[in-house]
Amino acid sequence: MLSPEAVFDIRRRTGFILLAVLTAQIVLISAQVRFDSGVPVIESVTFGFFSGIQRLTFGFVDGVGNMWARYSSLQSVAEENTLLRQQVANLQVQLQNERARAHRSESLQQLLNFRKALPWSTVAAEVIAVDATPWFRTVTIARGARDGLQTDLAVLAPAGVVGRVVGPLGANAAKVQLLVDRNAAIGAMLERSRSTGIVTGHVGDLPLRFDYISNLADVQVGDRVVTSGSEGIYPKGYLIGVVESVQMGRGLYQDSGLYQDIGVRPVVDFGALEDVLVITERRPTDLPSGGTQ
Amino acid sequence: MKVSKVAFIVVFALVLQTTLIPYLVGSGVPLDLVLVAIVYLAMTTSPVTALLSGAAGGVIQDTLSGGIIGVSGIAKTIVGFSVALVGTQIIVVRSFPRFVIFFGATLLHASVFLGLYSMLVAPIPNSSVSSVFGEALGNGLVGAVLFELLRALPRLRWRGMSGSRIKPRLEW
Repeated sequence: MLSPEAVFDIRRRTGFILLAVLTAQIVLISAQVRFDSGVPVIESVTFGFFSGIQRLTFGFVDGVGNMWARYSSLQSVAEENTLLRQQVANLQVQLQNERARAHRSESLQQLLNFRKALPWSTVAAEVIAVDATPWFRTVTIARGARDGLQTDLAVLAPAGVVGRVVGPLGANAAKVQLLVDRNAAIGAMLERSRSTGIVTGHVGDLPLRFDYISNLADVQVGDRVVTSGSEGIYPKGYLIGVVESVQMGRGLYQDSGLYQDIGVRPVVDFGALEDVLVITERRPTDLPSGGTQ
Repeated sequence: MKVSKVAFIVVFALVLQTTLIPYLVGSGVPLDLVLVAIVYLAMTTSPVTALLSGAAGGVIQDTLSGGIIGVSGIAKTIVGFSVALVGTQIIVVRSFPRFVIFFGATLLHASVFLGLYSMLVAPIPNSSVSSVFGEALGNGLVGAVLFELLRALPRLRWRGMSGSRIKPRLEW
């Protein structure tokens, strides 16, 4: 039995024949009928149909052509992009070099000016290595015994005191113990009140402590701490740091209760040391004016 | 049914439609014997036979009538196929249902025929609802009578029912 679905199924003979017969007659009618414009329907329909196909074909070909053109352009753009990236990278390196050179030049200029202002013979030295362990804060400079360096020579920077030369010395290199080393100590005094004490290296937020300042001494946050020259190494009057915290001694634990607990912030940025000056005189005289540098 | 017999029926209907009917009952009689023949073939043969005979008869009728060739052909193709489709589901054994089939087929034919003319913005032949219904009535009567006459000729009838006739699902 033939179901309606089967009858209308174009894949079967009946549906196919029906479609073919109707199509043939529609074409026949179209060949005879004209639109109001006078154009035969079959021409109009045929033209419309094929122009649609032509439009689709053209669109497809044009799209593929455009896609290929874009792909080709993309290839050249990719190559150009790679080249430009390389150029940018090279320029960035060049810029970094120029900046570093400018910074170095500025640093050397400061050092030169500082050296000219010093009344003692000095040797400029470049910091070539850093020992940044929390317990031993030292740097290595590119000057040694051949340049006249000895142990316990004062090392300065334009900003302030850096430390001292410690042994053993190499022919062309020397080790400098920084002020912030926990074993370092330097005679110091408050620039304003002239109270003297000892600045030592300290592990903590404030890397310097100013010890042996009496509870009776006038100490204020912001006071400048300078070298006193009492240890016989550093010239007197050179800036060490600035008082940043002050507390009266209360006699607790190992504290005798006689001295204030003073934290000092060093003026030298020990993390960015590049060039230093080594005073080659063993015991330089104090600044002639008695002031500070 | 053989192709020659189908062709004979269609051609015979065409000849009657174009020659004898106007002569016998006047040119104003709303009858379409070609359509009656197509519906008869649709009820007694397969859908393919029906639609092909409808297409052929319609196109020839268009050619002879001077209208747009293919309009009547499409209409009769659709009618032949539709009636044959109905015939695959229902077997019509009584006169009145046959009359209804012819009547409905004529209405369907007129709808498709006039609809196509309207769509093609061509001059619509003189027609009215009454003339359409009159033609449907006439075709229905002729068709029903035709079947009764053919019943009197059992040999011809049973030959017509043979071949690729599809067994219907329902008798009416």
